[in-house]
Formats: sequence, structure tokens, C-alpha cells
Amino acid sequence: MIKPSMPKSWRVDTKPHKFCPGCGHGLVLKALGQAIDELDIQDRVVFGCDIGCSLLAWDFFNVDTVQTHHGRTNPVMTGIKRANPDLICIGYMGDGGGYAIGSQHLVNAATRNEKITVILVNNAQYGMTGGQMAPTTLPGMKTETTPYGRDVDSTGYPCQGPEMVAAITREGAYVARATVVKPVPLKNYIKKAIQNQMEGNGFSFVECLSACPTNWRTNNVETINFVENEMTKYYHVGEIKVPPPKEPLKVKTWTKIPAMEVQKNG
Amino acid sequence: MSEKPIKGEKRVFLTGNEVVAWAAVAAEADIMFGYPITPQNEIMHYWTRMAPRFNKRFLQTEDEISAGFTTNGGVLAGLKAFTATAGPGNTLMQEPISMAEMMRLPVVTIVQQRGGPSSATVIYSQQEVTLTTHGGNGEGMRVVYSTASHQELYDYTIKAFNTAWKYRFPTFVLGDGYQAKMREPLTIYDPEERGIEVVPSYKFIGGAGKPGVDRPPVQLRNIYNMEEELLEVLEEQFAEFGKISPDVAECEYFGCEDAEIVVTAHGVVARGAKSAVKELREHGLKVGYFRPITLRPLAVKELRDIFSKAKKVLVAESANGQLDQLLKYAAYGLTTEMVSLFKPGVGINSEDIYDKVKTMLEN
Ligand SMILES: Cc1ncc(C[n+]2csc(CCOP(=O)(O)OP(=O)(O)O)c2C)c(N)n1
Ligand code: SF4
Ligand SMILES: [Mg+2]
Repeated sequence: MIKPSMPKSWRVDTKPHKFCPGCGHGLVLKALGQAIDELDIQDRVVFGCDIGCSLLAWDFFNVDTVQTHHGRTNPVMTGIKRANPDLICIGYMGDGGGYAIGSQHLVNAATRNEKITVILVNNAQYGMTGGQMAPTTLPGMKTETTPYGRDVDSTGYPCQGPEMVAAITREGAYVARATVVKPVPLKNYIKKAIQNQMEGNGFSFVECLSACPTNWRTNNVETINFVENEMTKYYHVGEIKVPPPKEPLKVKTWTKIPAMEVQKNG
Repeated sequence: MSEKPIKGEKRVFLTGNEVVAWAAVAAEADIMFGYPITPQNEIMHYWTRMAPRFNKRFLQTEDEISAGFTTNGGVLAGLKAFTATAGPGNTLMQEPISMAEMMRLPVVTIVQQRGGPSSATVIYSQQEVTLTTHGGNGEGMRVVYSTASHQELYDYTIKAFNTAWKYRFPTFVLGDGYQAKMREPLTIYDPEERGIEVVPSYKFIGGAGKPGVDRPPVQLRNIYNMEEELLEVLEEQFAEFGKISPDVAECEYFGCEDAEIVVTAHGVVARGAKSAVKELREHGLKVGYFRPITLRPLAVKELRDIFSKAKKVLVAESANGQLDQLLKYAAYGLTTEMVSLFKPGVGINSEDIYDKVKTMLEN
């Protein structure tokens, strides 16, 4: 039997992991593990996980890890980074943690262009507490606190997190939205978001469209369909803000053509 | 190495907030995180002015929740990190402090009490005793020093860093708006020249080596799956806190051996209590003075000993019985009568206490 390959930075002794079958968290953390491996930074990473289903990742990697409070991972990562800029601080949180209870921290860390990387899992509701509405819940979507479907008139529209972060960060920030159904760009965006921190450019943020089959009460096909076709109606996947290239573009802007040199001793 | 901030000893005349900033520098604090609130603002103001000279860092955060959690982060990364707050800021600060309690992080917090509840006054109070000693959803696993003078603000801010990093419990210096804003003479000094060891900081995370290869990863959590798992963690903390309590607890007292009435107060009110008791003694009256310096843990042994010998204990505080509650809990089983002089959010001077004791003696 072929065993699924695990990133080297994963802790083998804590696998299989604690997420529900079919959960998107595992896919995001796999991409993160691959990115850590490719960048060879296991000894410099500090992983901070929020309270939410992300808390289950407190012993996920062979990297130093701090489990923080619901919504408070960004300030903890900020404090660590400010105290020791050599460390690579990766905060990991849910949409409730990042956009609801911790939104002031996300906004201000982004505004200050903190040199940290934030990976936010958007599963359109609160997974850990049993499926309540989140700022990211889709219009009409049924959750435990919107049993008749999210009414946008009274509860608002899905939160556009990366777009907001892109709008309030300065040049140098990296912002993208990935999806667990496309693992290659997912890993690439996460990797770029880490590299951006390593280069000291600015705040780096990746929202990952993810799946919570347990609270969505969906089967395999419905789960993937929801991420692929329903979530993307409101959430545009792709890179939203990339830092400008450091090297000046190698484009010749002069019009005068220099005189041809004759090769003399060819 | 940055320049040594204080060489030898120096007589100075400063406000309390300025004293705290100097003391933090003397204690080799590295980084401060803070959010403006009166009456602690000038701690940040002086700290940021000194920062470039002594190679110190500062971040003004978006609120006190963030100030507390960034302080936790700073400590995790191995720096002596601290914050300062008051009133409603202290309320918010309790969430990060509860994480620090769970992970035993040596964070230092300076509280300059103001009136409560709500935003109340920005002036003065002693109404943050319960919050500071037992705030958060935990069991009060923290050390709280209540200072009474500028000299003590200096001494105990230095001590707070040492206690925190020696014993790994979050540590508070509990001052108030009067102490923060008043100007007083004191001596500032280099602690090491006085033989006070400056306890070094160390890294909790991000140490040398590749986790999982050269060393196990450091993985700190605050949530547990099973009731028994949590209980085990807590019982270890209680045992540790109990063990260090006799070393950490401090109090001062005089005239208690033959006292009929023992006046008890903490913080700046203790100054009034002290001078009232001195005066009463000069008039030949049998009055004693007891002041807990640590509000958590309390010097229970001395307290019980002194209270048990007195006929009455007068508790004076600028709160509606917050100190009183701590004292009564510690004095449980004693039959000494406890009399109160409570003025929540309002100063208490020596005349108030003198008059109260006189009427107690007359009745
Ligand atoms: C201060 C505080 N409020 C509420 C909670 C309860 N709580 C735990 S996880 C959670 C929501 C998690 O949702 P999300 O952040 O979207 O993460 P997910 O579980 O969906 O991955 C809540 C409300 C808490 N732990 N702390
Ligand atoms: S509840 Fe949802 S988000 Fe949480 S582990 Fe299960 S599937 Fe994943
Ligand atoms: Mg969620």
C-alpha cells in the first residue's frame, strides 16, 4: 500500500491528525508543511494557532508552537516578531477568529505592515463551536444561528477579508485568496506569503477557502461543489496584492540607439 | 551593550510614572507594549524618550488586549516585556494575563488605579484590587505588589521583573493615580551595585536547533481535552504558588504587640495610616499598623498573628471592601472585630484615620 507522503516538517507521532474526515484544515496545513520544507525553515518558524478548529494544530508540526486565544494570534505573533525578528512567525486562524473577534488585531497588524504571515481558513462558519454564522457565511446559507438562511439585510454580506487587507496595507504586503480544491496554488501562495516575510517586505496574508463537511452536513461531492462553485460566487480566488519587484525592470527606456561597435579582434 | 542607565546612586525628584520608566530600564526590561490610558500614559512617554538611548523598544498597540498579548509574545521570544494600564484597560488586560497564567509567562504589568466601575474617574482609586489579584477566568496565579511611595515604585518595579522571571508567575505593580502623577524625592540606583541580582530572561520558543531533529519542538497550549489533564496542570501551579508564597509575601507593621486597634491599609492609604498610628502612639494610645505589601500572595502568617492579638482591626481603603475581603478570607476563624473605613475612589488621609480610631476608642 502506498502511504500518503507527509511533509518533513509534520510531526509524525501526532498523526493521524485530529480534524474531521474531509476537513479543509488538513489540506491547508499540508500546503504549509510543504512550504516550510521547500524553504527549509523548520528551525526558524514559530507557528501560532488560534482557538477555533485551528487549535487542534497545536502539536501538528515539528516547529515551536504557541496556542493563543480566540482572535488573539495576530498580537502574539506581532509580539514575538518584534522581540525576535529572526523568527518567521506564522499565525493560523479561522474566519471567526480573524474577521470577527480579532478583527481589530487583523486591521491594525495589516495597517502597521507587521512582518508576519497570517493564514486564515475561511469555512464560512464557526466550526469549533458547532456551526454558527461567521462574517463569511454566504447569503441564504443555513447555520445554527441562521436556521432559515443568512439574511443579508439584518446580518450583512460575506466579509471580503483579503480585499480589505489589500486596501489597508502599504506597498510590500502580500495578499492572496487560495482554495483547498487547488492545492498547487494554495501551497505557492502560502510559500510566497512566507518568503515575503523573510524578505522583510510587509504583512503577508492568505485566506484559504476551506471545507467543513461536519457542520455543512455535506457529502464528498456536495462539499467540493460548495467550495468550488458556491463560495467562489462571493470570494475571488487569486493573488490580490503582490509587492513591487525590487530589481528595476530590465526595460530599455531610451530611444537613441547606441552606435554599433565594430568587433575588432573577433 | 547599551549604556548603563544609572550608575551608582542618584537623588532625584520625579513623578511616579517617570519612576516606573526608570525602574524598568534599571531592571533591564527590553520592550514595552502599551495603549494610552490615564493615569499611566507618562510611563509610555518616558519609556519612549529613553528608548533610543538605552536600546529599548516600544509598540503602541490597538488596545489593551493587544498590548497584553504582544507582551506575552515578547516574553515567549525571550525578552523582558512589560505593559502598563489602568481601569477599563486593566479589565481588557485580564484576558492576556489569563493566557500568561496558563503558560506561566513572566509578564510584568504596571497598574495605576483610577476610579471604577466603567470609566469613572481618571484620578485615583483602589478599586482594582479584586481585578488585579483575581481577574480573568482563573485562580489568581499572579503576584501583586502594592506600592505606597515613589521609592517603592522604583524598588518594586525592579523586584516585579525579578520575581516574574525567577518564579514564572505574571507579576503586577499596583499603583494609583496619586502615585502616578505626584512628584516625590527618591533615590534611583543600579540594582546590581546594591547587590540585587537582576534575574536574566530566557527564550521559551525559538531556541537553537531544529525542532524534531536536534530537540523536541516547544509546543505551548492553553486548552486541554480532559478535565483531569487540566486539573493536573492547575494542581502543579497551586503547589508551586504555595511553595513560593512565603518567599514572595511581604508586609510591614509596627506597634502591634500590645495594640487594641490595628489599622490596616495598603498602597498610598497606608501612608496616611502610618502617620495616624504614629500620632496616636505619641498620645499613648495602643494602636498598631499593619500593611500588606503583596496583595497576592498575602503574608498570611503575620496577618493572622497580628490580627489575633488585637481587639479590633480597622481596614481603611479607597474601595468598598476589596482589601477587606482579602483580609477576612485570610483571617477566617479569628474572632477579632473588623471595622471599616471605605471611601471608594476617594483619597483617605491621616486625619480621616486618626478621627476614626479616636471614635472607635471612645465607644
Ligand atoms: C473570547 C472567546 N469567545 C468565544 C470563544 C468560543 N469559540 C471558540 S472557537 C470559536 C469560533 C471558531 O470559528 P472560526 O474562528 O471560524 O474557526 P473554525 O473552527 O471555523 O476553524 C468560538 C466562538 C472563545 N474560545 N473565546
Ligand atoms: S468541525 Fe469543521 S472545521 Fe472543524 S475539524 Fe470538523 S470539519 Fe474541520
Ligand atoms: Mg470558521
